[in-house]
Amino acid sequence: MTDATLNPVKSSPLANKRPSPSAAFNFVRFKKITEVGIKSIYSHGLRSLLTVLGIVIGVAAVIAMLAVSEGASYEAQQQFRDLGASNILVKSVKPAEVEESSRSGFGPPQAIVYGLTTADITTIRNSIPGISNVIASRIVKKNVWNGGLNINTDVVGTSVDYPVSRNYNLRAGRFFSESEVRDHGNVVVLSDEVAQALFPIDNPLGKTIRIDSDYYNIVGIMESEGFSNLGQNQAGSSNSAPSRIFIPFTSSKSRFGETTTRQTAGGVESETVELHEAIIQVEGQDGVIEVGEIIDQILQRRHKDIDYAIEVPLALLRQAEESALRDQIVAGAIAGISLLVGGIGIMNIMLASVTERTREIGIRRALGAKRRDIIMQFLIEAVILSGVGGLIGVVLGIAIPFIISAFWGMTTIVTPLAPILAFSISALIGVIFGIYPSIRAADMDPVEALRHE
Amino acid sequence: MLETESSPRPDSDAGVISGQELVASLDDIRKTYYMGALSVEVLHGISLDFYQGDYISIMGPSGCGKSTLMNILGCLDQPTEGKYFLGDQDTSKMEDDELSSIRGARLGFIFQSYNLIQQLNVLENIEMPLFYQGYSAADSHEVAMGLAARVGLEDRVDHKPFELSGGQQQRVAIARALAVDPLIILADEPTGNLDSKSGAEILNLFDELHDQGKTLIMVTHSDELAERSQRWVRLRDGLVESDDRRNT
Ligand SMILES: Nc1ncnc2c1ncn2[C@@H]1O[C@H](COP(=O)(O)OP(=O)(O)OP(=O)(O)O)[C@@H](O)[C@H]1O
Ligand SMILES: [Mg+2]
Repeated sequence: MTDATLNPVKSSPLANKRPSPSAAFNFVRFKKITEVGIKSIYSHGLRSLLTVLGIVIGVAAVIAMLAVSEGASYEAQQQFRDLGASNILVKSVKPAEVEESSRSGFGPPQAIVYGLTTADITTIRNSIPGISNVIASRIVKKNVWNGGLNINTDVVGTSVDYPVSRNYNLRAGRFFSESEVRDHGNVVVLSDEVAQALFPIDNPLGKTIRIDSDYYNIVGIMESEGFSNLGQNQAGSSNSAPSRIFIPFTSSKSRFGETTTRQTAGGVESETVELHEAIIQVEGQDGVIEVGEIIDQILQRRHKDIDYAIEVPLALLRQAEESALRDQIVAGAIAGISLLVGGIGIMNIMLASVTERTREIGIRRALGAKRRDIIMQFLIEAVILSGVGGLIGVVLGIAIPFIISAFWGMTTIVTPLAPILAFSISALIGVIFGIYPSIRAADMDPVEALRHE
Repeated sequence: MLETESSPRPDSDAGVISGQELVASLDDIRKTYYMGALSVEVLHGISLDFYQGDYISIMGPSGCGKSTLMNILGCLDQPTEGKYFLGDQDTSKMEDDELSSIRGARLGFIFQSYNLIQQLNVLENIEMPLFYQGYSAADSHEVAMGLAARVGLEDRVDHKPFELSGGQQQRVAIARALAVDPLIILADEPTGNLDSKSGAEILNLFDELHDQGKTLIMVTHSDELAERSQRWVRLRDGLVESDDRRNT
């Protein structure tokens, strides 16, 4: 090594350079410090990752939980919108333990008889004041044909008030009329989904469809329902996509009868249901929850088995609101605990980092670093650490609701606020828990720090 | 410690060279370390003047207070009593931030154990004092490249300190100390960790710096190395024992 000589000196290398006047905030310094922070975190990859796990879990859990609870409350609101605030829905439900013998005299001997009856509805109407209307429906699963095309769908026999009662609007044509109900008319209104399936090209209005051996004139088409699963058929289908058609209640009764027969693995299964569902409209929403309870009492008295279900949308909404609040409190608690744990983890790792780098701190101080430069350095490192944790958490927190939706079919909604909030909090955690180690680093005596092994 | 009869005040005249600028002046510097109830005075009143272009060796037995004095000269530590003027500034009343500024702007440090930052490469180590002074990235880079070349390490700028020999590391440290063009270069046993050959190379660099008019203060145990400087300050038990200058 013979080259260890100073090359001929020109004038001072700094002669024509000027430091930027204000040293309070300097971008070059900030960038350098950030680079140092990233290098330090990167050089302890696994350790850094384990450190931020608390933050990752906290942030991910909060976002995912809020997404699930948001989804649940959206679903409840959807039901609320679909059914209306002042409505009560009563459905026939096949009881858990069915009677093998028939209650009424007619129908095949094996027919299971259950569910709501017109007599139930009459009793409800007569004994509860404030009921403005009752829309009773029969829902039968049928193959519906347009020439060679067919679709298996729910045929809803109902009354003229059905669309109004459910805030369900027509896209084209009209609903059937009172006189068509009176006359057991062969008229039908298709849901948008069925219309598209059976009439992919031409306009179905004015055309006919066939159910069993009867032809029905298409008079109207409803608008698309979206994914609402309410009013789903009671005839045993688990198909959740709504595909329905509507015919007059009277027509359903006279064309299909009250007993439906299905081919099952164990042979033929028949059931006799007079009404599949009834929408009971109450005047004003104030008493709607109480009316729901009274209906339940009446039906309990009149039915041996629990072969009906009552849904009060307003009650559902209240429940959803309550459970959303509960979810938010749980999410908040989880967030609080994980972020605390994450923060302590960061503090711990930063203290270790400060100790490990005591000598470096001494060197930097000797070379002109002010206290605030050192504080900044470690604070930035802590914030990067928690920020990276927060970012991983956000990614997971957005991915988890997707997985939940894909595998369990739950509605989840990630509002933009949740990730932003969670990420900001995680960065804040870096500041809060990084400040003490940073101050400790800055308060070191330069001489002692330089002597540190 | 036995307080001797007002010990012969070190001959301050030894340092005076007519026409030369005073760069640092110590006036009756005392340093006491406190350890709980115990207190130990390590420096008992040191007065020394240093001039522009001086090349000083500070010598003395182990524990006599050489490093303590160097720390005070380097504004890393404050004297318990006495005044220290650096240039025309009285440092004894300075706040921590001012001391940091003065270290960064006017002093260059060379340590026995090099004290390079291991995560940073040669160039980044040399640049560091510059960015604490607020120089732009481009300026810092240019200056650091020039200095790396000056100490003969232009082909090693991307290397990390652990990839270099001790002598090379110390040369990086010298380049770093020169970065801000300091008033004084302080070197506490700069060759203490080096073999004699690498040590001699470092001393060659010092000779050149001296020739270029830099002010150098070096602590050394070796008479042979001290031989190359112009002025020798001997400390004993926290006092200046002798202060001699080469007669030219
Ligand atoms: N932080 C401290 N606290 C207490 N005593 C200290 C401290 N630093 C140094 N000393 C004491 O001060 C005295 C001088 O120490 P200093 O390091 O200045 O000696 P030195 O001359 O550099 O010795 P060496 O040649 O071994 O490096 C020693 O007795 C040492 O024990
Ligand atoms: Mg020493």
